Amino acid sequence: MDFSVVVEYFPKLLEGAWVSLQLVAISIVLGGIFALPIALARISPVGWIKAIPFAYIFFFRGTPLLVQIFLVYYGASQFDAVRESVLWPILKEPFWCAIIAFTLNTSAYTAEIFRGAIQAIPQGEVEACKVIGMTKFQMYRRVLLPRAFGIVLPAYGNEIILMLKGSALASTITILDLTGMSRTIIARTYTPMEIFLAAGGIYLVISIVIIAIFRQIELRQNRYLGTLSIKVPDKG
Amino acid sequence: MIDLHGFGDQLLQGAVVTLELALSSLFVGLILGLLGASAKLSSVKVFRWIAHGYTTIIRGIPELLTVLIIYFGATSVLMSIAGLFGYDEYIEVGAFAAGVTALGLTFGAYATEVFRGALQSIPKGQHEAAIALGMGPVRKFYRIILPQVWRIALPGLGNLFLVLLKDTALVSVVGLDDIMRKANIAVSSTKEAFLFYLVAAFMYLALTIISMAFVSYMEKRASRGLTRG
Repeated sequence: MDFSVVVEYFPKLLEGAWVSLQLVAISIVLGGIFALPIALARISPVGWIKAIPFAYIFFFRGTPLLVQIFLVYYGASQFDAVRESVLWPILKEPFWCAIIAFTLNTSAYTAEIFRGAIQAIPQGEVEACKVIGMTKFQMYRRVLLPRAFGIVLPAYGNEIILMLKGSALASTITILDLTGMSRTIIARTYTPMEIFLAAGGIYLVISIVIIAIFRQIELRQNRYLGTLSIKVPDKG
Repeated sequence: MIDLHGFGDQLLQGAVVTLELALSSLFVGLILGLLGASAKLSSVKVFRWIAHGYTTIIRGIPELLTVLIIYFGATSVLMSIAGLFGYDEYIEVGAFAAGVTALGLTFGAYATEVFRGALQSIPKGQHEAAIALGMGPVRKFYRIILPQVWRIALPGLGNLFLVLLKDTALVSVVGLDDIMRKANIAVSSTKEAFLFYLVAAFMYLALTIISMAFVSYMEKRASRGLTRG
């Protein structure tokens, strides 16, 4: 194997990695924003309000991300109504199609994570909020959501890693992300092993950095638990 | 009724390939997972390092990239190995074989963690009782440890299988005739992308639902030895 091609094309690979990071960052932020109302609707006591997010989550978690990307990129343009709409300038760009597919996908997963976290909060805290006369909005704003945010962090970090790995699928709709850029380089140099391994290395480094960042945020967000690790001496 | 322009049979054939790929990868992945977990809990440092490296690398690299590396890389690796033995014909690795290898490796890496947790949760007394009865290490593993590990690991493995089932779609990128590629072919001849990808999506959804039902049946079966109180 000849790794001089990796050195030669390294700037190109980094360019691709930057596109991957943009895809992940935009999708994660938008997905997080959509996930909250979906999660809140999912825990609603009203049957039909619960049913819609359930179906949504079930569809996006039960089908491959590749199908979802193709549905948005190739599927949407099948309809004349879409091609004539004001949204067409967005929907004909592969980059925005990938963003749409990733956002829908990650919002379904994130909604489930949020739901789990909100439901993991002890009932006593909800009762305590009611007792001191908080409105429902205040309860969520001041107690439940900040608490859920702390609980959610490890799972949310995983979701971002999964999104990073899923972002490689953007290469299937002609986007030059890290994987797409690698495939373009390989088409020119015929050195699949060297370039793919280098790309794999870059993904690995990005994952490790994300994991490290999340460990820091987790420590900070859950710092109030710090005192719990100090053992309270027994009375007797 | 929706008009599939005669591609219905093709899609069903694709579903069979998808299922074959998923089950073969599951088989490979379960073995790798058990080996990986045993290596991680091994007292030999080198085994622990190898297992740790394996899970870290595979879990940090996109599945699509793993598929591409195996598909394009296996050919050149196999050919250079064969070259050492004086064989210089072209060796081609099929999409199916590459898919099973890549998805098996991926499943194995995640299953390693599931099995490790399950192995660690078996009380020490179980090991001691088996040894006291005079069982050798192999028999102890098959009769006492594995059935209990299986019960504890099943929910986690079930989730991993659902992920695996969806990851099979990636192998269509290197040309395996699974659901996804059959849908691509149908789209290129009919231009009805939305219809066919939606049908493909619902086929995956159906496979997911069947798998979920099967996993919950297996979970009931695996815990039949527990007394319900």
